Amino acid sequence: MARAFVPKVVTANDLLEGDVIYLTADNQWSRHLHEAYIVTDTDQADQRLADSQGHANAVGIYLADVTLTGPEPVHFREDFRRRGPSNYHHGKQAAS
Amino acid sequence: MYSYSDFDAAFVTERNRQFRAQVERRIAGHLTEDEFKPLRLMNGLYLQLHAYMLRVAVPYGTMSGPQMHQLATIADTWDKGYGHFTTRQNIQFNWPRLRDVPDMLDALADVQMHAIQTSGNTIRNVTADHFAGAAQDELADPRPVAELLRQWSTDHPEFQFLPRKFKIAVTGSPNDRAVTRAHDIGLRMIERDGAIGFEVIVGGGMGRTPMIGKVLRDFLPQEDLLPYTEAVVSVWNLLGRRDNKYKSRIKITVHEHGIDAIRDMVEDRFTLLRSQFTGVDATHLARISKDFAAPAFVTQDTAPFDLAYQRDPVFRSWVDTNTSSHRAPGYAIAQISLKAHGQTPGDATSDQMRAMADLAERFGHNELRVSHEQNIVLPHVHKSNLPTVFAILQQHGLATANIGLVSDIIACPGMDYCALATARSIPIAQEIATRFDELGNEHDIGDLKIKISGCINACGHHHVGHIGILGLDRAGTETYQITLGGDHTETAALGVRTGPGFSAEDIVPAVERVIDTYLAIRTAPDETFLHCYNRVGMVPFKAALYTTSEHADAA
Ligand code: HEM
Ligand code: SF4
Repeated sequence: MARAFVPKVVTANDLLEGDVIYLTADNQWSRHLHEAYIVTDTDQADQRLADSQGHANAVGIYLADVTLTGPEPVHFREDFRRRGPSNYHHGKQAAS
Repeated sequence: MYSYSDFDAAFVTERNRQFRAQVERRIAGHLTEDEFKPLRLMNGLYLQLHAYMLRVAVPYGTMSGPQMHQLATIADTWDKGYGHFTTRQNIQFNWPRLRDVPDMLDALADVQMHAIQTSGNTIRNVTADHFAGAAQDELADPRPVAELLRQWSTDHPEFQFLPRKFKIAVTGSPNDRAVTRAHDIGLRMIERDGAIGFEVIVGGGMGRTPMIGKVLRDFLPQEDLLPYTEAVVSVWNLLGRRDNKYKSRIKITVHEHGIDAIRDMVEDRFTLLRSQFTGVDATHLARISKDFAAPAFVTQDTAPFDLAYQRDPVFRSWVDTNTSSHRAPGYAIAQISLKAHGQTPGDATSDQMRAMADLAERFGHNELRVSHEQNIVLPHVHKSNLPTVFAILQQHGLATANIGLVSDIIACPGMDYCALATARSIPIAQEIATRFDELGNEHDIGDLKIKISGCINACGHHHVGHIGILGLDRAGTETYQITLGGDHTETAALGVRTGPGFSAEDIVPAVERVIDTYLAIRTAPDETFLHCYNRVGMVPFKAALYTTSEHADAA
């Protein structure tokens, strides 16, 4: 049996700021994970990843696992990416 | 100190102009990221987890007051008011915006600094003993040679696309403070029949396959340094594996071909190259050496120092822990700890940078050093000025008396910043330092080097830590592996893994158990942790780590 597909978001870093960004439903980039569009199957994941490659303002585009509700990051690395470093109140956590 | 020639200044200006144009083309969409990435890396610009990072070279760790002032200005103008000093004697700015980087590079050029070859598959910033030119045990100042190597390697046409990065360290002292045995080339100055030369060590390194360097040449006359170094790099440039980046470093080349075969190839190539170096390098070295002439040391009464030392126990503790013997009478080498308990190892705010710059200008013959242990050094302070220096350091949160102790931890940026990390390292360092500050026993524990890396690349030197900590991702959880018995000095050794790793919650108590074990079994208070470990081996430490009730429960 094939393993159940883990929901994903398309994420990258912004070209100018370097900040973490997420692809939204309307193919824009958002600074907030909760605005990201959640892909729920492999075809959709491949499609959106391929579409996003042409976006000049996004660097290092990849798929990151999330939960369906929230979405919440599955891996701690993604949790840090959406928050900022733990030693200073810098990065996203400072903006929110 | 070395001062840019017209050639240097023109070179850096031109390089900055090129990079500014490259950044503009990237922003305008004329360069793809694949095209731009190698260009930005050649100029020290990384893209990390949350932002770009600019890595600025501090050649052989030496800086002047005005240079440190400029770093503070850069931190305030284009970053978040601080900088991170690293084990490779660089400084990293963690929050620059792409558009601002060309301006930052111009500001650096204004004070004769740059970020060239702080990344990429090139010869990197040449590092040196941070006590160079000041240490009592020194044969000669290694920095003229380091500067010669820097000039030779900067933009060297043959060595811009090496199989991988290449790191050179130089020491002029028998006490190795430059970790020469963990570099691609380590140079140890030695004297033979009255002439200065080098023991050339090759193939050391950390990363996923740590190796202690091997001696390639037991004595290389100083005048042969450049042709010989060029021979080493060019032999590796041809042999080094480009098919697999995990096997590309010279340590693997030496391992695969054997040191004797490499030596033969290097000697052959050296014979050829030697005739092509017509001696200009020796003439040039003589010129560079003048820039490193010792400062005009003064003779002054040390009475103010003696009095403060007698009367003030806080000052006395700082002097005993943070200063070292200087070769000039009446002088001391003062280390400024960037490891205040609970703070990020190696970080300094712009205010602290300015305070240190002022101290160097007023009391330190205008010199500062970055140590590979992520502290700042005032290499030349007359003892009579130490009480004032200490008082000013106190005002800026820079007077922590912990050099060489448990809380003087090397930590790489880890997953708080680094895109390659598998776990965080900074919070672990902060927690260990805070814990031992609470316990109040770090002076009793004595000389102990804890070194932490956030992944197997080992930027935090964990392989050579007396206690090394490596952060890993085990099934989606941060896990920390301990190694014991590493040594970064002239008796270099790699640490040995204790066994299974510990969770983020358990790692600090685990370190505490290791240290408690040492305290219980050391023969005398002056038996160091490392000596004790080398005497008794792993067994008692392993027992303390893995036979406690929690692990018994888990088993
Ligand atoms: C953007 C952040 C960084 C990246 C991407 C990075 C990358 C790497 C990689 C890939 C290696 C392994 C090289 C190999 O085994 O071939 C390495 C080694 C090393 N890095 Fe870093 N590093 C970073 C930050 C730092 C920092 C902050 C320091 C200084 C504190 C540092 C110092 C070192 C040292 C000393 C080594 C081990 C020596 C060696 O074998 O080259 N790195 N780094
Ligand atoms: S050791 Fe790993 S986590 Fe730490 S700075 Fe180096 S690459 Fe990043």
